[in-house]
Amino acid sequence: MNKKLALRVGAAVLSLAFVASACSSDKKADDPNCGDIHIGFVGALTGANGALGTNMVHGAQIAIDEYNATQKSCKTKVSLIQKDSQGDPKVAPPLATALVDDKSVVGLIGPGFSGETKATMPTFEAAGLPMITPGATNAKLSTNGWKMFHRILANDDKQAPGIVSYLKTAGAKTVAVIDDASEYGKGLADSVRSGLGALKTADATIDPKASDFGAAVSAMKTANADYIFYGGYYAEAAKLVTQLRDAGVKSVFMSGDGSLDPAFITAAGKNGEGAILTATGAPSDVNPAFSASFKAKWATDPLLYSPEAYDCAKVFLAGLAAGKTTRADLAAFVSAYDAPGITKQIKFDATGEPAGSAVYSYVVKDGKLVSLGLIK
Amino acid sequence: MWLLAVAKTTFHFDDLINGFWDITISGLVLGAIYALVALGYTLVYGVLRLINFAHSEVWMLGAFGSFAALWGFGVPTRLANGNDPTKTGLVLVGMLLACLLVSMLFSGIAAVVVETFAYRPLRRKKAPRLNFLIAAIGASFILAELVGINGAKHREEYTLQRIFEKKIVFHLFSGQVRLNQVIVLVVALGMMLGLSKFVSSTRTGRGIRAVAQDGETARLMGVNTDRIILITFIVGGMMAGAAAFFFEITYGVARFNTGFQIGVKSFTAAVLGGIGNIRGAYVGGILLGLIELYTSVIFADQKMGTVSAFVVLVLVLMFRPNGLLGESLSAARA
Repeated sequence: MNKKLALRVGAAVLSLAFVASACSSDKKADDPNCGDIHIGFVGALTGANGALGTNMVHGAQIAIDEYNATQKSCKTKVSLIQKDSQGDPKVAPPLATALVDDKSVVGLIGPGFSGETKATMPTFEAAGLPMITPGATNAKLSTNGWKMFHRILANDDKQAPGIVSYLKTAGAKTVAVIDDASEYGKGLADSVRSGLGALKTADATIDPKASDFGAAVSAMKTANADYIFYGGYYAEAAKLVTQLRDAGVKSVFMSGDGSLDPAFITAAGKNGEGAILTATGAPSDVNPAFSASFKAKWATDPLLYSPEAYDCAKVFLAGLAAGKTTRADLAAFVSAYDAPGITKQIKFDATGEPAGSAVYSYVVKDGKLVSLGLIK
Repeated sequence: MWLLAVAKTTFHFDDLINGFWDITISGLVLGAIYALVALGYTLVYGVLRLINFAHSEVWMLGAFGSFAALWGFGVPTRLANGNDPTKTGLVLVGMLLACLLVSMLFSGIAAVVVETFAYRPLRRKKAPRLNFLIAAIGASFILAELVGINGAKHREEYTLQRIFEKKIVFHLFSGQVRLNQVIVLVVALGMMLGLSKFVSSTRTGRGIRAVAQDGETARLMGVNTDRIILITFIVGGMMAGAAAFFFEITYGVARFNTGFQIGVKSFTAAVLGGIGNIRGAYVGGILLGLIELYTSVIFADQKMGTVSAFVVLVLVLMFRPNGLLGESLSAARA
């Protein structure tokens, strides 16, 4: 998921405008002199996407607070060392070096985005510092043979199998697939097409610069499929679903994270009702207990990537609780980890990707996005 | 690479056959919109030998006229219960009429502004032809950016309130003809006939034809050419405004740069039919709309529709360089 898209998804999931947190200046929540063990964080805390990194830090801090509450001795308490990369791949590398040089840092949450992850991963790999990213979803990141690389959420390429799986589980007999000829839209739609095989009964490509999708609408009317999957962004998705409904097409409308935006619901209105949207990020309100603690500490509901960051921190903290206090021990512990988190069962495959499905589906109901949970 | 793409193309003739009447109706609606916008290009070209590239923005402002009318009536985007603010009966007819008239007014005023501030000063100074072209492009940018910068939603897309349900009025063979499509086709046809009549039978229409034939001689014969040119802009602008209204009741979206696509297509329609020829604009517009829809369905790709439309244009111009019907406004026929 790219950064802009990530922002949109966040807004969609929460239906709330991001509020730059007043707590972002609070770089070290705990006294750094208390305790010898630190978990690092690299990500955007300021800048255009500063809200996303702040969401991550806030989520992780909840897990750390929970852990520290169980530790009687000040020595064994853990704190988070935060480095603000502004989400910039050029800013992140020196921060990564600083973290690696600090031997008290045994694990890393982040980096937040794909670009900075790509730029800093060699540093972490060389230092043997295990990391788990709560937000970098570029599929190629796990193909470099990096032993230290882990991510808690599905990568961009996992969305299509999730969508196909959703359609098959829902019992779709016929699916029509439309794309917008963009790199993202066509890429996602083509993956869905090949995943569907014979279930895919019709195709169309629209021109996102145009406003009239008459040809695609006619083809969909003829196809009369159970589902229509659209690979593209929310603006065209809203226009497309409106024109489909105007023409009397009754197929269930489905789209990916590019359409997961409140603007889709606003623009499509009643025509958007019943639309199924998917995303790799967990709904921010995935766990009520977490939501309650989060709200108590930060005076806001959890936001995009907060639950993921909480799960990342939980993995490291479980390792520390088990006495794995060196980087090497913790790295081995993370690779073998297999326990339920709040977003999903947390288990990593050999490349550091989450094992099993990790795509969430949502339905538009009464003008709101309602989570349908993980796609089986 | 290109050959490979062609070889890999699959054709969807079955989709075209199965959905033929629906596609045809959609094509006619789009074609009618192109035709009315093309009129503006053709009329101005007829009298001034100038491609008015600001015409697409004249159209865009007309689209916002429909929004302005509904905002003026205080129609909300959605009712509190999330439903569309649907109107019925005379209220609906009145609102639609108001949208049409305000759209025509907006476009008409925009056309007057373009003529008065961009072209007339250049004409007075007998500026070279290229200057008009630059002025046209400049005016186009100014109008689009004014909306993009000062509009309530700036560069975002606006969605028109849906004041009526697009009910099926009747079936044409296997095709469904919906209320908005009936409105577009009937009113557009009426406007086309009315305009032809205006140009062929009224005193002002005769003036337009006279200026088109020979501006200098027309002036010597006592025709107020500046007035005629202004009227030509107003008429072309109003037709674009009507087209914008039709576009809005069909697609219901607008943004500061929507004019570009429609402008390019409509200009193409005007050239296809024979620029300067009023009937040519009608024929070109309708043909372009149909070709685009048919080929988009055959290739299952909207961009191929555009490609095909231009291939047809090139082929037509190879054999008929003046377009299908040739240039006739100046030939004193309309």
